[in-house]
Amino acid sequence: MKYTVETILLGVGAFLALVGAGFAEDRLFAAHMWVLFFVLFGGTIVLMRRVDFRPALAGHAPQHREYFDEVVKYGVIATVFWGVVGFLVGVIVALQLAFPDLNIEPWFNFGRVRPLHTSAVIFAFGGNALIATSFYVVQRTSRARLFGGNLGWFVFWGYQLFIVLAATGYLLGITQGREYAEPEWYVDLWLTIVWVAYLIVFLGTILVRKEPHIYVANWFYLAFIVTIAMLHIVNNLTVPVSFLGSKSYSAFAGVQDALTQWWYGHNAVGFFLTAGFLAMMYYFIPKQVNRPVYSYRLSIIHFWSLIFMYIWAGPHHLHYTALPDWAQTLGMVFSVMLWMPSWGGMINGLMTLSGAWDKIRTDPVVRMMVMAVAFYGMATFEGPMMSIKAVNSLSHYTDWTIGHVHSGALGWNGLITFGAVYYLVPKLWNRERLYSLRMVNWHFWLATLGIVVYAATMWVAGIQQGLMWREYDDQGFLVYSFAESVAAMFPYYVMRAAGGALFLAGALLMAFNVTMTILGRVRDEASILDAAALPAAAE
Amino acid sequence: MADKHIDEISGVETTGHEWDGIRELNNPMPRWWVYTFYATILWGIGYAVAYPAIPMLTDATKGLLGFSSRAEVITELANAKAAQAGSLERIASSSLDEIIADPQLQQFAVAGGASAFKVNCAQCHGSGAAGAKGFPNLNDDEWLWGGKPEEIYQTIAHGIRHGGDAETRVSEMPSFAEMLTPEDMRETAAYVLSLSGTSSGPTLVADGKQLFADNCSACHGADAKGNREMGAPNLADAIWLNGEGEQAIVNQMKAPRHGVMPAWLPRIGDTAVKQLAVFVHSLGGGE
Repeated sequence: MKYTVETILLGVGAFLALVGAGFAEDRLFAAHMWVLFFVLFGGTIVLMRRVDFRPALAGHAPQHREYFDEVVKYGVIATVFWGVVGFLVGVIVALQLAFPDLNIEPWFNFGRVRPLHTSAVIFAFGGNALIATSFYVVQRTSRARLFGGNLGWFVFWGYQLFIVLAATGYLLGITQGREYAEPEWYVDLWLTIVWVAYLIVFLGTILVRKEPHIYVANWFYLAFIVTIAMLHIVNNLTVPVSFLGSKSYSAFAGVQDALTQWWYGHNAVGFFLTAGFLAMMYYFIPKQVNRPVYSYRLSIIHFWSLIFMYIWAGPHHLHYTALPDWAQTLGMVFSVMLWMPSWGGMINGLMTLSGAWDKIRTDPVVRMMVMAVAFYGMATFEGPMMSIKAVNSLSHYTDWTIGHVHSGALGWNGLITFGAVYYLVPKLWNRERLYSLRMVNWHFWLATLGIVVYAATMWVAGIQQGLMWREYDDQGFLVYSFAESVAAMFPYYVMRAAGGALFLAGALLMAFNVTMTILGRVRDEASILDAAALPAAAE
Repeated sequence: MADKHIDEISGVETTGHEWDGIRELNNPMPRWWVYTFYATILWGIGYAVAYPAIPMLTDATKGLLGFSSRAEVITELANAKAAQAGSLERIASSSLDEIIADPQLQQFAVAGGASAFKVNCAQCHGSGAAGAKGFPNLNDDEWLWGGKPEEIYQTIAHGIRHGGDAETRVSEMPSFAEMLTPEDMRETAAYVLSLSGTSSGPTLVADGKQLFADNCSACHGADAKGNREMGAPNLADAIWLNGEGEQAIVNQMKAPRHGVMPAWLPRIGDTAVKQLAVFVHSLGGGE
């Protein structure tokens, strides 16, 4: 009786959504519940068509000894899909900043589309990449099938539902106005349920492992899952105005609320985008270059120091605000001490290539991963530097911060994810190789060029902004109005959009390449080795 | 599982663990990494001793340097004020004419006025003071309420049609929608346009002249050069506040637009308004 319970639960969920829509306290909640109803109703119908009324066959049993990779396949496809969506929306918001006429009221103005972009890339693209790769990695490094049976499917589809509710909520205008945590209370509750299921699946697999030790990638994945659960729950402690309404109020007020938000916000970067992706690095780089991890001791020390220090660094987002000086000091000091723990991951990633450096030349996937680690190193140097109060007084509130975030997000998270996707797709679908390695090479260069254009433009823009805001004439009067500093940003905003478009073009190429690989095609092309190998280097 | 294994390429021993074919080398941590890490920790401790850092029951440690961001901003503001104190006092105690007559003080007032303009005025009048439709250009010679320093001061200080200020500038052009036919209004508009060299035909203009004399000259003057006492604009100079062309003039006659400017004296104080007046006066149209 496959899927019977699931079908009933989905149907009940759809009915409850309908009730929610009918009795909603406000128009927005009703609209959101209609969205939920149609999604769940569609899901119910799809599942009903799959209900299998035959008794479970004995022949099903052996399958359960194999790895549970079907959900990973869906996860990889979702990663590529949401990546393209997120980057596209990013290019749109970049253009909205340069050309304000592109703000289309009310659903597609900058205020609503921006969180759509940040959530789509961080949680939809990054989150799916983390869930899919963690499911893949934990099974192989534990030599155990994913724990919890269909719970893995629940995590995947539950997470997609969270993404759809978050995204439609933003466009409808439902937000609690917390950076990277915009979804309202009921979506937060749903994510909590999904996340606990994720923790059970992941931790359960580790507990039933057949390896004596837990691999370093799994330390990082586990730290990411546990800490995100804590951050998500505390930051979203709110009181709903009504259980049938879309509005809630934070449990915290004033500067405590601000600090809670940035404790969450910074550690979303620290544990979602750093720890989780370091886990990916620790599996996919050694596998792709086929070399041992450089230093076990370094991995232990940098893991624990990173985990211990990151959680304190949030106050550096609130320098020179109402936050007490002592908290600002601690935020800054921990951020600076975080420099080496972050770089420990970079060293271990790069030095794993020792003995196989030639692969940077011959394997574009390795090239992508190495560039990712290089951007990681750059961003984790820039971060501590920007947290120093003297630097922050210039950089804060400027586009420099946006540039910093994107050199980390596009360079590190983006490229390492692309590398993992290129590694996973042939393996998951049993293909001999990718459809085209040359396209991977193109993707590499388009993405790298895009990031460089983006980040460099935003450095210049941000520093110019900061300098314009603090420019006084010799008689002690401010020289520029804020509007003048906005007008001065126009050329940079156009260049930034161009950089983003290059990055998007690379992702589209990846989507095509992945699709063709899944379809089983192989592009007839000259080997990348022939073109890359210099005569002198040919062995 | 603890069978140590030597990696062939690097000659380094592994930890003996293996996961899905991945082994780990037993390399030591790079020295420079360890020492830089120690250095940042030492620096962190030093910084935490020097600056406010450790929360106690009611307050936090003050740090050896006694730094406080509140004290710092108070000092910076005080220093900035002190640096300008002499000039600001002289502006406060001098009349506008005295300020303009003193080149040094005039220069200071223009700089201060320009800065205050960017913060308070640029939103409507534009950062170059060139105005926009409905918002007067402050660079030209046309003044609705007068271009002498005191007149500019009066306008900035008390605003235009600003409720709650007894001295605010008030004028109200009546709607002619009931009094004149559409044809009359077109003729009047044609006459008004002809005064600044644009004409849509001698017949229209001739009829409009009489209509203007009957309906408009009371405020705008027989020669249409306006009346600053009443805030009635000059209609003979091809400068248009609410849009160019016949249709814009007809629209204004049918449903007159009445812009509002806030009174700035209560918000920014006498010295700043004086500086703004000197700045606007210096833009080119000052009288």
